[in-house]
Amino acid sequence: MNTEVQKEQSMVIQKKMLGEHYEKLARARKDGKKVVYTFVPGNLNELILAFDMLPVHPEVNALQSGMRKLSGDYIQEAEKLGHSEDVCTYVKCDIGMLKKGNLGPTGEPLPEPDLLLLSYTGCFTFMKWFELLKQEYNCPMVMLQVPYQGDGRITPSMREYTARQLREVLVPVLEQVSGKKLDEARLAELLASSARAEDDLVYVWESGKHRPSPIDGYFGGVYYIGPIFTAFRGVPGCEAYYRALRQEVDFRIAHGMGPTTPEGELRQQKYRVVVEGPPNWTSFREFWKIFYDEGVVMVASTYTKVGGLYDKGFRHDPQDPFNTLAEYCLGCYTNRNLPARVDLIEQYIRDYDADGFLFNSIKSCNSFSAGQLMMLRELEKRTGKAGAFIESDLVDPRYFSAANIKNRLESYFQMLEAKRLAA
Amino acid sequence: MDYCYIGIDLGSTTTKAVFLDEQERVLGRGITNSRSNYELACQVAREEAEINARFGLLRKKLEASPRIGALAEPLMAVLSCNYALAQHLEQLKALRAECHGLAAAHGFEAGETGRINQALGRIFDALDQQAQADFFPGSAAASDFFRDLATSHYLKQAEQVTRELPVSFDRLVGLFDAAIIRVENHSFAGLYRQYLEFATGRASADERFAPFAAEIGAAVTDTAERRFNVLNTVGTGYGRLTLPFAREQIRSEILCHGLGAHYMFPQTRTVLDIGGQDTKAIQVDEHGIVTGFQMNDRCAAGCGRYLGYIADEMNIGVHELGPLALQSTKPVKINSTCTVFAGAELRELMSLGQKREDILAGLHRAIILRAMSLLARSGGVQPEFTFTGGVARNQAVTRALEDLVFENYGRMKINISADSIFTGAVGGALFAKRDPKGVMADLEIKKLNTCGGAPAGQPAPCAA
Repeated sequence: MNTEVQKEQSMVIQKKMLGEHYEKLARARKDGKKVVYTFVPGNLNELILAFDMLPVHPEVNALQSGMRKLSGDYIQEAEKLGHSEDVCTYVKCDIGMLKKGNLGPTGEPLPEPDLLLLSYTGCFTFMKWFELLKQEYNCPMVMLQVPYQGDGRITPSMREYTARQLREVLVPVLEQVSGKKLDEARLAELLASSARAEDDLVYVWESGKHRPSPIDGYFGGVYYIGPIFTAFRGVPGCEAYYRALRQEVDFRIAHGMGPTTPEGELRQQKYRVVVEGPPNWTSFREFWKIFYDEGVVMVASTYTKVGGLYDKGFRHDPQDPFNTLAEYCLGCYTNRNLPARVDLIEQYIRDYDADGFLFNSIKSCNSFSAGQLMMLRELEKRTGKAGAFIESDLVDPRYFSAANIKNRLESYFQMLEAKRLAA
Repeated sequence: MDYCYIGIDLGSTTTKAVFLDEQERVLGRGITNSRSNYELACQVAREEAEINARFGLLRKKLEASPRIGALAEPLMAVLSCNYALAQHLEQLKALRAECHGLAAAHGFEAGETGRINQALGRIFDALDQQAQADFFPGSAAASDFFRDLATSHYLKQAEQVTRELPVSFDRLVGLFDAAIIRVENHSFAGLYRQYLEFATGRASADERFAPFAAEIGAAVTDTAERRFNVLNTVGTGYGRLTLPFAREQIRSEILCHGLGAHYMFPQTRTVLDIGGQDTKAIQVDEHGIVTGFQMNDRCAAGCGRYLGYIADEMNIGVHELGPLALQSTKPVKINSTCTVFAGAELRELMSLGQKREDILAGLHRAIILRAMSLLARSGGVQPEFTFTGGVARNQAVTRALEDLVFENYGRMKINISADSIFTGAVGGALFAKRDPKGVMADLEIKKLNTCGGAPAGQPAPCAA
């Protein structure tokens, strides 16, 4: 086994981008920059950047704490304060981190927020989370009411309702907190850059249709969404990252290569699988290894679309900033109703020629998990492919039972093999 | 030379082995509940299965004999139960020695050691006597584990003895708990012939069989020497990864249970397996290939070990739970299948005056309620429905399952094989036989032998 972790060039670029961002955050007070805490789904990064403010994403902090094996302690810290075992572990991880000095990945404390911006409210836990943070920081909070796609589509009135809130509620608050007027030309410029990066990202996602797939659309995919789902969408560095990523993928396609795993290239691709649900972060490598050891490549996933379903045609539109941002918030993956989610996964299974699909049901995340078994049954019926179902958690290490998950997954892969032999 | 395929199911509480012949007929089954060492458990289960296979061959030989023919059935019953009795007595002897040894090593003050030894002497004398009564042709005792039988008898005798002698009951239980684990880790394989002689001697002393003593002796000797040439082995169950099996010789127990259930009941479409630490609901197609499954997540509430814990709490053997629960007339509603809470809930209900049998009936129903949810999640119960795993031996569980399947899915026959505990091992042996890669390579045989006890580099006989 190769002990040195294998990385793609794009990962190195991303690491540098993140490092610079955290440095900026560490200097924010000194530089007189205002800081906005906000969530990944439906994030209004271009708008925040148009006011020259810096975003912090508590979910990202939580998942990074999970990957760095810190989340267990943070969660226990939050539980000591009285948060129950059943509360979303992202929330508890964030609260625990705050109580332990709010140290970011660089070891420097993260700046306190000047504004809590709730731009996607389809997850009710997000609202409660920021209410808890508001008590801690005593800073203003602004929220956008985002209607749920109960009928599986975005109506003109939903768009108008959301866009009006952006213009009439959000922008005035952002202007007040930042002390700046909205620079519309700057906003259009950022949105145009976003759209260019989005084009490249879609190219990368769709490369999963190749055989062998040059990407892992889930484990690798969570790295690919890093810049565009967070603080970088709209800036030239983000465009450059996706251009480099696209070139990397093109190189692998040209050479018939598979994606890079921590133990090197995945050469033997026995099974192609579509995944629904977030990954487990505390045992991310261990979890990934179960798949690549068995030659399983994840060709597409829904989790990597929580910050935008670009592969289904959405692009940020510089010509129509408020409507495009409204549509972006409304189009979050978890804002889609269950039939629309089933339709999407079904398309992925067919378009990416998958052998099967996997649901990772997350104990902490009802936004994702409620209704998943019904979705699974429906997909089995529609596609005739076998679905796997496992249970874990986002960042609570107590809810990752390696033996149980491995057992279920190995059974599933052997089931795919038996089916293939019988066919 | 008889060729065979072996499936080994290394469960969390028991290890099972099954030998199949080239026509996929079961030659022999073996089981052990040694749990602290998988390698040894694997070896013991294989030895047991091999002995069982030899008994099968012996039966055929006796049935085919023109002189014995019609007497083969009662004769085999006498041989089997006396073989089991000899085995049981030998294990009791080892247990007695371990208990005395542990008492001596503990360093109690002299007077107490003397009293403990006296108490142990009385207990084990009674256990030896009890064994003669427990093992008779057709008795259930022969299929129970040594641990279960010994535990329930020992506890009863210890209670009795502590009323007569000034010895602490807890001391005696402590010695037993430590000793039984040691005994379970002994291998008694070398005593195979001795047991067989004992059984043959007893059979020959029986006036029905005495006239054929010479022929019986010859048949026993002939089959006792039979060797099996193992063509392939597949391991399954929780311990499968701890053994030096090659990757292609390992199958998930979900697939093995599906195929094993199909083998036992070919019309099976839904399988429920309740094992020591997990419960699985499995859907299979007409070939026994798994099409979907659900199993409990990281919480193993309501699995076989839960029953073991309850039995410990009640100071009875796990095999006594079912019969007791079946006596219930008014089951108590139990909410929790959490093993940790169960003890407290049990004591609370007892203190409220609830009868043991009513509490047990409630506990058994709670186990099945949890299984019903997994079944529903896996796609429901389709006919035919087969129940497998060690817990399927418990009649109170099967009664609760019948009731709840009826309530939720209508009247349905539930297949339960008397050998259901071997389902996973049967599936493993079938995979061994049907392995598309064919017979194992030499290298893999070597690996296997290191687990089976034979020296590496030699062919793979299951030498007794």
